[in-house]
Amino acid sequence: MMRYLLPLGAFAVLVVFLAIGLNLDPREVPSPLINKPAPAFELPQLHKPEAKFSPKDMQGKVWLLNVWASWCVSCREEHPVLVDLSKTGLVPIYGLNYKDPREDALKWLARFGDPYVLSIADAEGRIGIDYGVYGVPETYLIDKAGVIRFKQIGPVTDAVLEKTIKPLIAELNK
Amino acid sequence: MSRSLTTKAGRGGLRLIALSWLAALCVAAAAPGFAKEAAPLAEDEAVEQRMVAISEELRCLVCQNESLAGSRAELAYDLRREIREKISQGKSDKEILDFMVDRYGDFVRYRPPLKSTTLLLWFGPFLLLAAGVTGLLFYLRRRGKRVVAANLSAEEQKQAEALLKLGEGANGS
Repeated sequence: MMRYLLPLGAFAVLVVFLAIGLNLDPREVPSPLINKPAPAFELPQLHKPEAKFSPKDMQGKVWLLNVWASWCVSCREEHPVLVDLSKTGLVPIYGLNYKDPREDALKWLARFGDPYVLSIADAEGRIGIDYGVYGVPETYLIDKAGVIRFKQIGPVTDAVLEKTIKPLIAELNK
Repeated sequence: MSRSLTTKAGRGGLRLIALSWLAALCVAAAAPGFAKEAAPLAEDEAVEQRMVAISEELRCLVCQNESLAGSRAELAYDLRREIREKISQGKSDKEILDFMVDRYGDFVRYRPPLKSTTLLLWFGPFLLLAAGVTGLLFYLRRRGKRVVAANLSAEEQKQAEALLKLGEGANGS
């Protein structure tokens, strides 16, 4: 009996490991920035380059920082979700326009709608590096104390929004 | 899911690139006066060498099976630029590696540090080896017992010898 059970058991273990491996997304690298203060920066705003924005301005508020670019295909997929979210007024969304020519970015927002309170222009991608951005879009949920509480790698979907982001916002706003 | 930072050149694209290179070469050959030596990648060779040494230790997060030194992803260009600047600022190799780990996690290092979360990563293979060796030892011991137990009686011995002889005859040697 053992003769058959042992290989069968070993095979079952292998199948379990392979199944777990197949369901993991290797692109999703856990960010070391979770529960750390959001890196400071001061960048010009996309619409008003003479005005600056810094995460310090958001002290005391729960907000989303969404990294986007007009050349990013997945951003377009994500965009309607953000537009809908901005209409609910649940959370202010700020955009980090990543390595994008200004005209392209403005045209993109005019065409697809602008869910952002304002966007900031990270033309050289340096702030992106500070935030550990490696694939656009990425979204950070930052709490009242300026600490990153959640990071979405890849597009924000309705499922992620309902299951994770909204409950977390409610909890952080308490 | 397609990520936008990844770049893929289709076969048609490659062919086009090859053709345009060929055309460029023809033009260059026809007008040697315009030919120029390739510009050096960086002003300072020592900085460049250190940058390559460091970035070979780092994984490019866009194309995860490539090192930061070898990747052509745009993020890799930016990160190499960042490393170059840090070297020029007089930062040590460790400071630069820490800078990367602070932002992208231990995953960026091809040789992650030994700590509680990476114990299984470092020692898992040895655990598997130990399990394999233990299994082999058990098997060999059981097999050894079985072979010793198989003592032949005198009659069986005779039978076996007869069979062996028969075998030799059949081989015709």
